[in-house]
Amino acid sequence: MRPVIVFLREPPKFPFVRIHRLGFMLSLLLMVVSAGLLATRGLNFGIDFKGGIVMEVKTLSGNADLDQMRGKLNGLGLGEVALQSFGAPNDVLIRLPRQEGGDAAQNRAAERVHATLGNGYDYRRTEVVGPKVGGELIRAGTIATVLATLAIAGYVWFRFEWQFGIGAVFSLFHDVFTALGLFSALQLEFNLATLAAILTIAGYSINDKVVIFDRVRENLRKYKSLPLKDLLDLSLNETLSRTLMTSTVTALAVLALLIFGGAVIRGFSAAMLWGIVAGTYSSLFLAAPLLLYVKPRRSGEKAEAIKAK
Amino acid sequence: MLKFQSWKTSLVMAICAIGVILASFNLMSPKTLALMPSWVPTPRISLGLDLQGGSHLLLEIDMNSVIAERLNSVVEELRPQLIKNHIGYTELTVHGNQVVIALRNQAQSDAVSDLARKVDSSLQQGSDSSGAVTLQFTDQAMLARKRSAIEQSIEIIRRRIDETGTKEPTIESEGDDRILVQLPGIDNPEHVKALLGRTAKMTFRLVDMDVTPQDAQHGALPPGDELLPADDHVKREGQASLYVIKRHILVDGQNLTDAQASFDNNNEAVVSFKFDDIGARRFGDATTANVGKLFAIVLDNKVISAPVIREPILGGSGQISGNFTVQSAQDLALLLRAGALPAPLTIIEERTVGPDLGADSIRAGTTASFVAIGLVAAFMVLFYGLFGIYANIALFFNLCLLLAALSILGATLTLPGIAGIALTMGMAVDANVLVNERIREEVRNGRSVMSAIDNGFSRAYATIIDANVTHLIAGAFLFELGSGPVKGFAVTLCLGILTSLFTTTMVSRLLVVWWLRRTRPKTIPI
Repeated sequence: MRPVIVFLREPPKFPFVRIHRLGFMLSLLLMVVSAGLLATRGLNFGIDFKGGIVMEVKTLSGNADLDQMRGKLNGLGLGEVALQSFGAPNDVLIRLPRQEGGDAAQNRAAERVHATLGNGYDYRRTEVVGPKVGGELIRAGTIATVLATLAIAGYVWFRFEWQFGIGAVFSLFHDVFTALGLFSALQLEFNLATLAAILTIAGYSINDKVVIFDRVRENLRKYKSLPLKDLLDLSLNETLSRTLMTSTVTALAVLALLIFGGAVIRGFSAAMLWGIVAGTYSSLFLAAPLLLYVKPRRSGEKAEAIKAK
Repeated sequence: MLKFQSWKTSLVMAICAIGVILASFNLMSPKTLALMPSWVPTPRISLGLDLQGGSHLLLEIDMNSVIAERLNSVVEELRPQLIKNHIGYTELTVHGNQVVIALRNQAQSDAVSDLARKVDSSLQQGSDSSGAVTLQFTDQAMLARKRSAIEQSIEIIRRRIDETGTKEPTIESEGDDRILVQLPGIDNPEHVKALLGRTAKMTFRLVDMDVTPQDAQHGALPPGDELLPADDHVKREGQASLYVIKRHILVDGQNLTDAQASFDNNNEAVVSFKFDDIGARRFGDATTANVGKLFAIVLDNKVISAPVIREPILGGSGQISGNFTVQSAQDLALLLRAGALPAPLTIIEERTVGPDLGADSIRAGTTASFVAIGLVAAFMVLFYGLFGIYANIALFFNLCLLLAALSILGATLTLPGIAGIALTMGMAVDANVLVNERIREEVRNGRSVMSAIDNGFSRAYATIIDANVTHLIAGAFLFELGSGPVKGFAVTLCLGILTSLFTTTMVSRLLVVWWLRRTRPKTIPI
């Protein structure tokens, strides 16, 4: 059985290197915009990081009357109560800010909401996070992301050469940072699952770069006199069909999650989808062209030596 | 690359078969599984609380109070010793995590040190800026106390939760001072939270009738006494709201052997209790010596009741009366039976998911996964034809092996975990894409069928390994970072990478080798 469609039967001759400055500029722009957004609007931290209370309730009969619920809950003096219809008209998400008075106060507030709304609702989900846990999660999350990036760069350095490591770290930083920018721009909730998605993005993005670096290294040994920019173009075009195929397949899987996976993991899926798009873009227009500036060694001796070890 | 020894072939097939069987156990109902002969292990993936519904509570132990309480009892034991040995002091208190003793005569500090060591050998002596003697626990003793406080708390929590009839709770320590409690199937944990929120330390002590609470409030509190409020919930009309209670404990809750809710002669709810032998003797002696005085039943530093001792109570049993409802009497009896926590607990995180939302999540996650797998499979056939079908067969075994691995490891499947499965399915075909693209390239470079396929596999492998190792690194950090659902995601992601490495490098290669042997093709359909 033959394939119905053959994608890029012949490797294309796309001038990645010639337009790489355009790519750099676009990335720079995206990063500046992201930095601006993060500085001004910031991230919409969920209760995992901020502490506070989230309850998802469903009316047992009829649609939810948000105004009436808001009136009841605002009377409790628990700070700014945010109500939001969640998925269905009888499904409501209630958010309460972190309560003053430490960990025990969060629980008391949740109990009061429960008592005020009464028995006309199905309490689908209650999440109460105290300020202490939130602070720890921010710290643990930041440390994990930084360490993961460094560990990946270290591995790339070990397997390739330090020049490749730099390209990897830089584009990885770009992918993660613009993902944060996207979350700031859309004010999507940033929670623990989002952080997990960001780390997964890092893993996915590097996977893509490694495949291209691998080809660059192979071609460095094969074509000893080819100018570096032609060699990079050749490597990128040779692997282009694979890069796009894999990205499309993975994006399809994530798209299915985004559409059918339910509201609970929507932010997670959105971050992942962005990561695939940004990761593919940065492999082609950032990671590989960056090698032009750090110039990997051409002889291949060192690489051979490592392999022999 | 294209040689497969027969033992290797059998091994790959055996692993796949075991994978399919183990994965299928997860689709069977428990009833069908029960029909299996007992020697067949039937592990199943357990669903996380976000899928099956339930309550996740993270509790923190107040370690300062563990230490403070122990130091307080050191002070109480030391006080009579100092007096007996004629050691004069101007101050004997607990300050932070140490006991401070200001001596009249500095020369006696060695004697204090000897006495302190007799009371508790893990005390370390020092002195503060004003020259007073200080006693504090060695770091080692501190650590041991914290550890034992955690262990004790877990035991008590388990007993309390078991009494409520909750099925299969998980109670484990987390970090230095935390306990994670997971209660599957509980969608309204208020009762459990109320039970865990009480220390339930009960003591029987004498009321000091030489001073009135009002005088004591204004500074005339005798040493060795403390001022305690009445418990508002069970306070009766006409009962005082403050008591001066002697710190000395006659008997405490540890000497109880049983406690039950029952009714007294007036048909009011009470808690009846029984002491063990030691408790009964001590209580008997104390009541014999103090007829006519008041004794107080103190629970968590609140006075439940303070009856008059009319006659010596020698039978070793009694009743606690207060303004109880049937429920509150039952709860108190439960708490007394289960025992006191070594220190108060605070709930610092709660995540409760109702069974409906859990079921919805399972449905959404399953739908999304099937759609994802369907799309990936269709895409592979469309773009790679026969080799795409082989990739899909490998993908099927990959899914089975992943589910089997999750079952064997007893891993917990969470909603992000399901997302991880869908994502792995997308990324698993990457290896096939790499191999297939490489084969195409080799064909383009004019190689024969055999050598193109051989080269395609062998050249793609180094890349596949590199790409997957970096991915595993990210996965490992996710696992370290994560709690609950996120950890579930990291587990499926990492396992998925490993199983997909196996299926793409072994299973799909085996399929291609068989096809080569069977058809001896002149061209490659790719």
